[in-house]
Formats: sequence, C-alpha cells, structure tokens
Amino acid sequence: MAATGFLFVALVLPLAMLFEKSFRDHDGKFVGLANFERYFGTPSLVASLWNTLWVSLLATCIVVPIAFVYAYAIRRTTMPGRGVFRALGLVPILAPSLLPAIALIYLFGNQGFARFLLFGEPVYGPIGIVIAQVYYCFPHAFLILSTALAIADRRHYEAAEVLGAGRIRVFLTVTLPGVKYGVVSAFFVVFTMVATDFGIPKVIGGRFNVLATDVYKQVIGQQNFEMGAVVGMVLLLPAAIAFAADRWVARRQVALLSARAVPFEPQKRRGRDMALLAFCGLIAACILVVLGVSFWASLIQYWPYNLSISLRNYAFTNADASGWSSYFNTLAMAVCVATIGCSVISFGAWLVDKTRGAEFLRGLVHLLAMIPLAVPGLVLGIAYIFFFNSPRNPFGFIYGTLAILVLNTIAHFYTVAHLTSLQALKQLDPEFESVSASLKVSVWRTAWRVTLPVSSPALLDVWFYMFVNAMTTVSAVIFLYGPYTKLASVAIVNMDEAGFTAAAAAMGCTIVATSAAAKVLHSLLAAWLGRRTQAWRAR
Amino acid sequence: MLYAISMSQQPYLVVDRVAKHFGQFQAVRDATFNVNRGEFVCLLGPSGCGKTTLLRMIAGLETMSGGRIIQDGREISNLPPTQRDFGIVFQSYALFPNLTVFDNVGYGLHGRGKSAGEIAARVDELLTLVGLPGEAKKYPAQISGGQQQRVALARALAISPGLLLLDEPLSALDARVRVYLRHEIRALQHRLGVTTIMVTHDQEEALTMADRIAVMNAGRIEQYDTPARIYAAPATPFVADFVGTTNFLKAKMLAPGRIVSGGVEIDAPTPDGANPGSDLRICVRPEDVMVRGVGDGTPNRVDVTVEELVFMGAFSRARLAGPGGMSISADFSANLLRDHSIAAGARIKVALPAERLRVFAG
Repeated sequence: MAATGFLFVALVLPLAMLFEKSFRDHDGKFVGLANFERYFGTPSLVASLWNTLWVSLLATCIVVPIAFVYAYAIRRTTMPGRGVFRALGLVPILAPSLLPAIALIYLFGNQGFARFLLFGEPVYGPIGIVIAQVYYCFPHAFLILSTALAIADRRHYEAAEVLGAGRIRVFLTVTLPGVKYGVVSAFFVVFTMVATDFGIPKVIGGRFNVLATDVYKQVIGQQNFEMGAVVGMVLLLPAAIAFAADRWVARRQVALLSARAVPFEPQKRRGRDMALLAFCGLIAACILVVLGVSFWASLIQYWPYNLSISLRNYAFTNADASGWSSYFNTLAMAVCVATIGCSVISFGAWLVDKTRGAEFLRGLVHLLAMIPLAVPGLVLGIAYIFFFNSPRNPFGFIYGTLAILVLNTIAHFYTVAHLTSLQALKQLDPEFESVSASLKVSVWRTAWRVTLPVSSPALLDVWFYMFVNAMTTVSAVIFLYGPYTKLASVAIVNMDEAGFTAAAAAMGCTIVATSAAAKVLHSLLAAWLGRRTQAWRAR
Repeated sequence: MLYAISMSQQPYLVVDRVAKHFGQFQAVRDATFNVNRGEFVCLLGPSGCGKTTLLRMIAGLETMSGGRIIQDGREISNLPPTQRDFGIVFQSYALFPNLTVFDNVGYGLHGRGKSAGEIAARVDELLTLVGLPGEAKKYPAQISGGQQQRVALARALAISPGLLLLDEPLSALDARVRVYLRHEIRALQHRLGVTTIMVTHDQEEALTMADRIAVMNAGRIEQYDTPARIYAAPATPFVADFVGTTNFLKAKMLAPGRIVSGGVEIDAPTPDGANPGSDLRICVRPEDVMVRGVGDGTPNRVDVTVEELVFMGAFSRARLAGPGGMSISADFSANLLRDHSIAAGARIKVALPAERLRVFAG
C-alpha cells in the first residue's frame, strides 16, 4: 500500500499530468491534437526528431560491437589483465555525460590539439555527439553484455567440437544464440540512453538540434510549457518502443542454462588473446585519455594561451555564483537519494515478494516499478514541473526544495534498484516465512534476523548504484533545482554555457573523484560486510 | 473416566471434504480422512496430485476453497498459520543460512518468556534427540544434507507442536542416507508420540514408515488404508499400478466370480455392478504368480512360454507369454529357477491364485 502510494505520487500522477498538458493550450483549454499538429508543422522541430533518430542509431551501432568484443575478451578468453580491463571499462560510469563532451572540445574543438584528426570537420554537432555518446554508453553496454557472456555451458561447446564444427561455426551457433538477448537488450538500452541524454548535445551539439535540447529550449528558454510537454511525449516514444521491444525479446528468450550446467572455462589461444589485448588496450587507453584530458583541462589556467597549472578553476565562485555550494547540494542529495531510495525500494521489493494476499496491489507495484526504465529523465523532469507546480497539489510545498530533487531522482532510478533487490530476495528460500509462521515468529522478526542480513550485499549495491547516479544525473534535475538547491551537474551546464569550460571540467572532475571515492568505499564496505555477516557462506 | 476414553477415541485431526481450486484447475477435491493421536500418516502420489497442496492447507499456508479441518476438537479451517499448532519440515529444509545450527533450532523459542539458559538447555536436548550434539556452532552450509535435515526436524520439534508436517523431507538426500533417516524419523516419531503427516512420492518410503497411507491421484484420495492393505488390496487400478509392480490383463466377465482372459477361464472376485460380458481388468502382482505345485488340476492354470529372464539380484523377473497374446511379468527366486529348471524359451505351467487377484471394471 505504502509502496503503491509512493509510486503514484512520484511517478504516475506527474506523468499523467504531462500527458494531459500536451492536449491543452497556454490557458489550459483543451485543444486536442493541436499542439501535436503545430509540432509536426514546425520544420526545425521535426528535423531534430530525425537528428535524434539517426545519431542514436549510429552511436548504438558503434558502441554495441565494441562493447561486445571488450566483454568477450574479458569473459571468454585467457587474455592477461582481465580484472584491470573490467575496472577500466566501467570508469565512464563515474562521470556525468557532460564531462566526456567537455574533454572532446579540448581534444577536437576549435582550439583542440588533436583537431587535425577530424580533417577539418567541426566536432560541434553530430560527430562530437556520437563520439561522446559512445564513451558515455560504453560501460552500460559492456555491463549487460558481460553479464550475458558470463555464463555458458561447457557441454554445448564440447558437443559442437565433437561434431566437428569450426570456430566460426561454434561462435555463430553456440555463443551468439546464448547471448542474443543480451545483445538486443544492450542495443535498446544504449539507443534509449543516447536518444534521451541531454548533457552531451547541450555541451557539444552546437547548432545541431536533438529532442532533448529542444525540450530544454522550449521549457527553460521560451517558457513554452505546452510545446515542452509535446516534445516530452515525442521523446517518450522511442524509449517506450525500445522498452516494449526489450520486454518482448526477454519473454522469448528460453533459458539455455540448466541447473546442471558445467561452467565454461576458456582455453588459452595466444594469437586471439594478443589481438584482443591490443584491442582492449586501445579502448582502455581512449577511456583514460578522455578522463585525463578533462583532469588536465581543469588544471590549466587559460587554454590554449596560458598552459601553467593551477587549482584556480576549482574556485568555482569565479565562474558560477553558487560556487562550491552546488557540489555540496549534490552530495547531500546523493546521500539522501541513496539512503531513502534504498530503504523505500527494497521495502517495496520485500512487500512484492514476501507478503501474502493483496495480489492485485503487489502486481501493481511491480508493474509501476518497471515504468521508470522507459521514462527519460527530461520527461520526468517536466512532468514534475507540471505536477508539483500546480496550485492544487498538496505536495506543492516541496517545489524548489532538495526534497523534490531527491524524490525525482529516486523515481528516475527506481527500476534497476527494484530489480536488484527483488533478485536478492528471490534467492532466499520462499519457505522461510512459512517456517516462521509455524514457529509463531512474526514476519518482521524474520525480516530483521534473516532476510536483511542475507541480502545486505545487494542492499549495499543498490545504495552505491543510487549514489553514483544521483551524483552524475542532470537531465531531470535541470528543471527542478531552486535558487538554493543548484546541483553540481547543473552548474557544469551553466558554467559551460557562460564560457567557463575549464571550471566546468573542474566540477566534472570533482564529481568523478567523489564517485570514485564512493566506489572504493563500497568495495571496502562490501569486503567488511562479507567478513562480518556473510561468514556462513564459507564452507 | 468415560469422558477420557471417548476423548482418546476421537481422531486428533479431521480433514473433511477439503477442496482447493486455482481458477478452473481442481488441485484437491473432497479430501476426507482422519488422523488419530500419535499416528504417522503418509500422503502418497505422483507429482501434481495435490498432496503438497493438501499439506499446505492443513498448515494454513494455502487457503481452502471448501471443506473444513478440525484439529484436536478445534476448527482451524480459516485460521492463519501462526494460530495453528504445527511444526513443519520442507523439502528444501529452509534453514536460515546466516544463523548457526543452535540459532536455527532455537528460532521459535524466543519471545515465549523463556530465559537464555532455558533456551540453550532445550536446544541441547533437541540436538541430542536428533543425534547432532556438538554441531551447534556450525552454519547450515557447513554440515551435510542429512544433518541439515535433522536440524530442520529439531527446529520444527522445538516448540513441541501437536502436529508434525513433513513435506518430502527425504527426497533431496542420496539413497543410503535416505534409507537410514527413514528409520531415524520413524523411531523418533514413535518415541515422542507426535501426530505426523508426511508427503512423499516414494512408495517405498510410505510403505515402510506410515501407519496409514492416503494414496492421491489428480486431486483425489483414491484409498486411505494401512500399508499392507494398500499393497495387497488396492482399491483402484491407479493404486495397484502406483504402489508396487502390477500386471494388468484384459478380461471379460462370464458370470459372477468367473472371467475369461486370453481364452483361459479364471476364478476371480468380480467387481460389484459388473455384468456378464462386460470388460474387466485383472490385476496380479509379479510375486503372486505361482509355479510350485502347479499341475493340470490346479485352478486358474495358464500355460506360458518364458520369453525373457532379467536377472535382478535376489530374484529374476520373467516375461511370460500366454495364450491369446497374454503377457505376464513374474518374479522367480533363484531357488525356484533351479528347482524347476526355468530358462528362456521354457514352457511352464503357472497359476494365478484367485485370492491374490484384484479385478476392476475395464
């Protein structure tokens, strides 16, 4: 019941309001599809729809194969340094999407030192967007494909080999079908991410318009909320289609792995391993170069005229009035999001999985929990403006406070956290509650004594996931911050807009450093928790 | 005194026309049986026959669609599990993995106004009872499957329940441990006198452990009786087929008590309601096919050819071909094979003793 209420306020009602708003004119009169007609009658807006589609498709078609080879090298070969490459492959997750875009400007921009690589083409526009998106989406595609490639049944490979299939045939008939779902899933996830990302086209898009920047311009620039709602609805479309397709494929995927599968052990093959090492080295180098350039850029006094190193760019008050306070706002928000979100979401998952009765409510919570995956942050952001800014809304008082940012961010990242918690709970014997009932012990006591300790590693993962995403998110919160609740990622956008690119890079690096520190803390905590509460796992 | 006697004669558990349906699917239909105090009852049947659903309804873990359940004179049909009086052991044992054996067994003892010392003493007592003293500090993952099973049993018994429910408690164990624990559980149950209901799909388990067996098929209880009666006098073809090995021979009724199969006339108890000419099925166990002392004058004599002999250790299973395409499996001891020089291809005379035959409408 509580979980349903939360999801309704934080998700369903705002989206419903957005939907309704797109059919009304400025004065609130119902105008049917007039807004949509106007939208499709405006050539510049329709052009950005096409821009969004082809740029997303291009970036997706580049990033998925690269991530596949990278993940394959780590999961299915004996290439040396797999652990290091795995960690390096995930580094871009720690940064807001704005940061690689800024680094690209330093590399290939008008004053960029590697500009010659583009043969005179400007980086501002589709080229820059695609490169930055590839960087930004790589770890997400890598994670999905890596999970898909992680498990395989050795007997399938042995059978294929015994039947005389060549390596390519084995790859096509055994490996690919086994990870088909992972590949399709990675494709859709990346496509949605690119289509709905706001930070990269904002920084490096130049005059090349995409849907995400249109929304921003309509709402923030022209205060045209109705048109913003329409673009939001249009933006919801590719994401919703990708989401539906992903679900559809998931349902058709048959479990290829039985409980008695023999785990696959990769064989040593020198030629292949060396080739893949070179490939992964190149990718990892690119990741590090981009990060290194951003860091270097944040230290340089005045590119390209004064290359002396200083920390002046980190004195943010020179570039943005809110100075360091935006960073501390972000930190406070991320801690709140992670802590409150982790509690609310795992409690919701517990209710869905462990309670009895109220079948309908439990199904509803699970269904609603899936929606955020299909709702781009920008769309959720505008929806929040409409919903919480409405004078009739009793929750209106949170508008402009940190609370609305926290609520929005929790809702935005609800799905993955929900699924992680649910999976952890599903690994527990479903009869624990029955045994407790027979022993006349309350469900709460069992939740506290057994369920919570056993699933604590998953809870820690959820906490960290929420924290890092809250640190780096920009798309939804850019509509929702108030005068005293400006966030670091928003400050990056503002400083970049005002021409303080170095300060923007510095703020980006501060976020990366914080996320990285959190990551280290997470590993230490996980190890400590492992010794402390998971002693029973040892045999 | 009279009152005490009448109390003791009243069944401890009454399951009365209990039903469960999931949508259109009838998982349990009109299940009715009584369990006496201290009795060990098995619910036996193939997977999907509704035996586990029935057990879960007795525990209150599943709601009932109809009927009622009375435990110790108290109607419990609609009570939640926490207000019923039972201990349960699941197939998976459902031991709490993060708690030690000690904490698992003592789990139900907290919050009952017992001191830590009393709880520790009770846990020790239980662990000794199930033969696991000295394992208290280990975690479930550190002990064997058989030991886990006994911890689960100790945990269920800790609260001294009036009724012990066992859901396929032995099926996750390997064969040797399983046979050993059968005796252990049965002995323990005898000693404590706790009324017990066990679900199993293993007929051998049910035959060796139970005082009475309810054989279930497709949601229905087909027969509720002692193991000996279930084996010797199956009430339905299903029971005959499911418990033990059985030959089914097609036959036609000639007259009450007289039937014909494969052209051979046989004396056999014909079922009520069957008329001369109606189709019947004879059911005979392989070990009941008689060879010793069978002559031309023996009733129910059949001339057969031994088509195949399969060595099974203590005995051999013979496939016998009779007249009219009749095919019978028979178990012959090594002794018998020697005495009668029975080998593949031999022509012998066997008899199907009338008192050993069960005849069903076919």
